Amino acid sequence: MMPFDQLFPLLLQGTWESLYMTFASTFFSYLLGLPLGIALVVTEKDGLMPNRPINAVLNVLVNILRSAPFLILIMALTDVTRAVMGTSLGSSAIVFPLVIAAFPYVGRLVEGSIREVEGGIVEAMKSMGARPMQIILKAYLPEAMPSLIIGAALATTTILGYSAMAGIVGGGGLGAIAINYGYYKYQYEMMYICLALLILLVQVIQKIGNLIARKVDKRR
Amino acid sequence: MEKRTPMIEIIELGKTFTTATGGTVTALKNVNLNIDQGEIFGIIGMSGAGKTTLVRCINHLIVPTSGTVKIDGVDLSKLNNKELSILRRSISMVFQGFNLLMQRTVEKNVRIPMEIAGVPKEEAKKRAMELLEIVGLADKAKAYPSQLSGGQKQRVAIARALTTNPKVLLCDEATSALDPMTTRSILELLKEINQKLGITIVLITHEMSVIKEICTRVAVMDGSTVVEEGPTTEVFTHPKTPAALKLFYTEDAQVERANGKVFRVVFDGENAFEPIIANMIIACKAPVNILYGDIQRVNEKSFGQMVIQFPNDATSVETGVAFLQAKGMKVQEVEDHDAL
Repeated sequence: MMPFDQLFPLLLQGTWESLYMTFASTFFSYLLGLPLGIALVVTEKDGLMPNRPINAVLNVLVNILRSAPFLILIMALTDVTRAVMGTSLGSSAIVFPLVIAAFPYVGRLVEGSIREVEGGIVEAMKSMGARPMQIILKAYLPEAMPSLIIGAALATTTILGYSAMAGIVGGGGLGAIAINYGYYKYQYEMMYICLALLILLVQVIQKIGNLIARKVDKRR
Repeated sequence: MEKRTPMIEIIELGKTFTTATGGTVTALKNVNLNIDQGEIFGIIGMSGAGKTTLVRCINHLIVPTSGTVKIDGVDLSKLNNKELSILRRSISMVFQGFNLLMQRTVEKNVRIPMEIAGVPKEEAKKRAMELLEIVGLADKAKAYPSQLSGGQKQRVAIARALTTNPKVLLCDEATSALDPMTTRSILELLKEINQKLGITIVLITHEMSVIKEICTRVAVMDGSTVVEEGPTTEVFTHPKTPAALKLFYTEDAQVERANGKVFRVVFDGENAFEPIIANMIIACKAPVNILYGDIQRVNEKSFGQMVIQFPNDATSVETGVAFLQAKGMKVQEVEDHDAL
């Protein structure tokens, strides 16, 4: 086993990279996924702005991206990643395929959360003369907030898992350490340490998400 | 006679829904109604009679397939989306399920129509507090809806509905989720609002007690259309249709009937002192069976009603009915057993 004075900085670096990839990817996934989820709800037949073609295109897009296994998607996107990010290697470059894989998932999560908002509330907003944008900003998003936050915790932990997988094709972080040291160099204890750290991170993120969701939930 | 100015005109209204399987369902057909400025107008009917669709057509939450709705002279079908949104500020709505925003405080809920209309925040806050004062919930301004009782939630919804000084208040089964005591207090509040602010109120309900309590006029819906309409006391004393008859005394009058003709007798408070039925029995010498009787308050006047059964012979029926009519009773034969 590696001496502690080398192990510690390595794991610290790995943890930092994992968190960096995860949060950067989650952020950009929501930048795309939040409007996507809203669009999926409002453009459907009985939605605020029914638009069949747009709704159909968005649904197909989401389904296609969601059906590609993540590992294959990263490999398939290598050239695009290089073109967009300048390189296909390292923690920053891997954010691109992570976002491509995660934003449709985030879109579905947001869609689900918004659907939980009761139709009666939307009807009441309309009866007050609210325009679609006002309904989205004043009813859909605030009313769905606890559910959106639970969804965000789920998305973040899922993306953390994806980011670990990216280690196999040149991404950084704890996943890369587990694969490079643990799997290829037979230092199994490295793999277990990384695995334990990943589990710990998931626990912490989930806990924080639950706490915030509880705090903003005024329905009880 | 007060001058009657129509606030809501409904002309030949119809609505057909297309089902998922491609079929059609008629929810409304040939509905004609005039609702006057300042009145409390009730629309009553059983579930599925079309009243929910009708009330939503009044503010075009549901767009009718045929016919016209005019609010204060404005034809809603002539408006674009934006104009319709602006017009809706003058037609507020209160719902059975309250439909409050659960993530906002009471005060912020009351403020929301003003946020939509772009009223400056300070002014909106002040107005929200005034309205909470009116509905008696000023002390709950900082509470969340989940901390309130059903009656309190409906009061918040009413305050919210009044913020934009509407001309019309539509109440869609507004008391149906509340207990009788709370229902009465909400109806009192609506009456007060109608009298103080002169707002025209349209009340949709399946409960006759609500109509009798506050509605000056009533329309009875059955089979997707309005079958009967008139002043509440008039419709109560002279129901012309089985649907109206059924609504007035369905709950308690589950009577078993043998052979014989059955009549509904209605009398107002003035002749309640005379033992009329007893006198009639003596006069026409027929043993009359009393199936049901009660006293109801309609628009703050007392009315008695009784369901009586005559024996199966033509002369006693004739003399009995004539006797009652001579005494000023409204007598109506109940033929359809289902109407009871």
